[in-house]
Amino acid sequence: MSQKPFLRIDNIRKRFGPIVASDGVSLEIQEGEIHSLLGENGAGKSVLMSMICGMVRPDEGEIIYKGQSVRFNSPREAIRQHIGMVHQHFMLVPNLTVAENYILGQGSALRVINDMDEVHAKIRELSDRYALDVRPDALIEDLSVGEQQRVEILKTLFHGIDLLILDEPTAVLTPQETDRLLALMRDLVKDGKTVVFISHKLDEVMRVSDRISVMRDGRVVNTVNVADTDARGLARMMVGRDVGMELARNPANPGPLVLSVENLTCRSETGLPAVRGVSLHVRAGEIVGIAGVSGNGQTELSLALSGLLPVDGGRVVLNGKDITGLDPVRINASGFSHIPEDRHKHGIVMSMSLSENTVLQRYDQPPFAARGMLNRRMISEHTRDLIKRFRIKSRDEDQRIGDLSGGNQQKLVVARELARNPDFILVNQLARGIDIGAMEFVMEEMLKQRDSGRAILLISTELEELFAICDRILVMFHGEILGELPPDRTRLDELGLLMAGKTEQPALAG
Amino acid sequence: MDDMMFLTFLATLVGAAWRLATPLIFASIGEVFSERAGVLNIGLEGTMLVGAFCGFATAFATDSVLLGLLTGVLGGMLFGLVFAFFTITIKADQIVVGAALNLLGMGLTAFLFRTYYVSTGKGIEIAQPVHIPWLSDLPFLGEAFFQQNLIVYSTILVAILATLVLYRTSFGLTLRAVGEHPKAVDVAGRNVAAYRYGAVLVGTGLAGLGGAFLTLGHSNQFVEGITSGRGFIVLAVVVFARWSPIGAFFVSLLFGLFYALQLMLQAQASIVVPYQVLQALPYIMTIITLVVVRGKGAAPGKLGQPYEMR
Repeated sequence: MSQKPFLRIDNIRKRFGPIVASDGVSLEIQEGEIHSLLGENGAGKSVLMSMICGMVRPDEGEIIYKGQSVRFNSPREAIRQHIGMVHQHFMLVPNLTVAENYILGQGSALRVINDMDEVHAKIRELSDRYALDVRPDALIEDLSVGEQQRVEILKTLFHGIDLLILDEPTAVLTPQETDRLLALMRDLVKDGKTVVFISHKLDEVMRVSDRISVMRDGRVVNTVNVADTDARGLARMMVGRDVGMELARNPANPGPLVLSVENLTCRSETGLPAVRGVSLHVRAGEIVGIAGVSGNGQTELSLALSGLLPVDGGRVVLNGKDITGLDPVRINASGFSHIPEDRHKHGIVMSMSLSENTVLQRYDQPPFAARGMLNRRMISEHTRDLIKRFRIKSRDEDQRIGDLSGGNQQKLVVARELARNPDFILVNQLARGIDIGAMEFVMEEMLKQRDSGRAILLISTELEELFAICDRILVMFHGEILGELPPDRTRLDELGLLMAGKTEQPALAG
Repeated sequence: MDDMMFLTFLATLVGAAWRLATPLIFASIGEVFSERAGVLNIGLEGTMLVGAFCGFATAFATDSVLLGLLTGVLGGMLFGLVFAFFTITIKADQIVVGAALNLLGMGLTAFLFRTYYVSTGKGIEIAQPVHIPWLSDLPFLGEAFFQQNLIVYSTILVAILATLVLYRTSFGLTLRAVGEHPKAVDVAGRNVAAYRYGAVLVGTGLAGLGGAFLTLGHSNQFVEGITSGRGFIVLAVVVFARWSPIGAFFVSLLFGLFYALQLMLQAQASIVVPYQVLQALPYIMTIITLVVVRGKGAAPGKLGQPYEMR
């Protein structure tokens, strides 16, 4: 209370055409704290921080930094005031070295570069101090995403920072790299720097922050001390209502066998064994989950089932018909729907409209086509109907799907696959990249599908997703199904052990 | 005696190759700058023609080779300014504008030449080989390397200078970044459009110089379409050279060698291949180059793409 705010944002407004990105945001950041900015996709977090680092100019409002009103016309001016930002899309030039990237735009344009040794030394010193493992002469294009992120963070340190803004930094990191990043944030704060951490992952925010501001619809709805809140409370603030991941659901009423997989084996695209003898079955009216740490053959399993990867051995039977190794067109026509893991690669065509994406599998069939001609009116009508039913936020059905947010793209994929009236739905990562509100919606939709007698196989790395809607959970490890559990949160330890490949079950005897 | 003849042949060949490579060297080093900044200028054929014509017209009026070269460069840059305005400021498609400028360059120079000069039939003073004491008189080596005019020698200087600018100055660093990740340059506080204008002007200025060499250092006359496709060959040279100025220098020499070879083989009465086949040699090599060296990932990442400022 007594502390004068380090950074004060006062009633900032920003519009992009008809879209209001910041609707009177006010926020105070204290010196030396880790302040998290939490919110769903599109809540206005990134735009707000882009205004602080000079990338975007606000329409109205005031930014007071270190007691002075500031107005940055370019990122350069913000950097001079020791404000650094690491963007989601890195600002690193791939064909230059780390050191060259750091001195880009520094000094006079006609300057002869003759101080590279000093630059390298300074980078090494900073890298050692924060254990960042950055080599000054490494080419950016040779570095992994995690390494590039450390290069970006070191860049801000190189230019000198008092305030570091990290925009969704953990989205591209492995769990180990995430731990390392969170530790680094703590180290930076120890050295007197202030960190703003933009995220929509509740657990990370809870782990690292001092204070948390929750944004929704272009405003800050609340700022709380981390000690005074919990994940559930934060989630409620994010979406503006209570989200129990406890969805209301009826007990499953499994009917006849729809899909059975026997001893399926296949190799990954690199030719290594990926699925090693998987057997499972899914009945009408139930949702079967497959849990597991990613990279244990789930991707290959779903590709093999949907005909996108050759099968080496085993059988896949759908509704009594052997569909093993058929091409995707024929599998699709057998009552099989697929909501893929990588929607950009297997789900939609980014440069095409919503309408065109809606009929990707059926453009040549009535009612969408007759005598070799597309029935545009029918396609539009059908798409408009899906947009309305699934509350897809778009201008109209002719908008390019690439212009939609990831969540709305996913909703269209889900809508399209369900509209085909499948008997079996294969889902790999139902809620990838979509926010909590939309997540809840698609999950409820899945439950409705189950209750109407469809068989669903949900492959996911998100345990919450699995617990919320599955009737049985299988655990996949190293290309095999290691065991089956009911969706019971109290048995999380057991699940964790299975996911780590531990199968010893002493109590099973008898 | 056959050995002596062969050595003489070789010496003449190398000397001619360097001379014939000179316009390619200037233009390709220029295009390296342009493409490194992300601007693919296929309008070089037209630009070189303008350079050739400006150089000729100026030397015609003033009898000065130096002034001719200078106007050649300026003519090229003027053309480059038009290209830059449409592709960078207006963000028109680079291929379309480049093609348009080729047609404009061909038509404009042909029109002006026919209107004002064709009837005079008069040639111009051109740059003469400089005699370097002792070196020029060396047997074989002298003819191969030391009997050129100053413009030819200056290609070495241009290649070295271009390398230093591109790799050792802040300007060059930023230029390389502009073609790869313009947004990063923008965020670092440099004006992407200004750098692209600069790169295009360097590129077209050098292309103009290359064109001017054809009339002022080589043929003493302007002929319609005197560049005969060199502006397109340059595009292949840049790919083969993997966007490096030194590479452009040597690849140009290689193409110069093909030009020289076809000229000299034509002169050999004993060769029975139709001369049209020999004439096609440099162009055939261009096609082979583009097929073989294509798509090795060395191209600037944002080549040909306009940049949207914030």
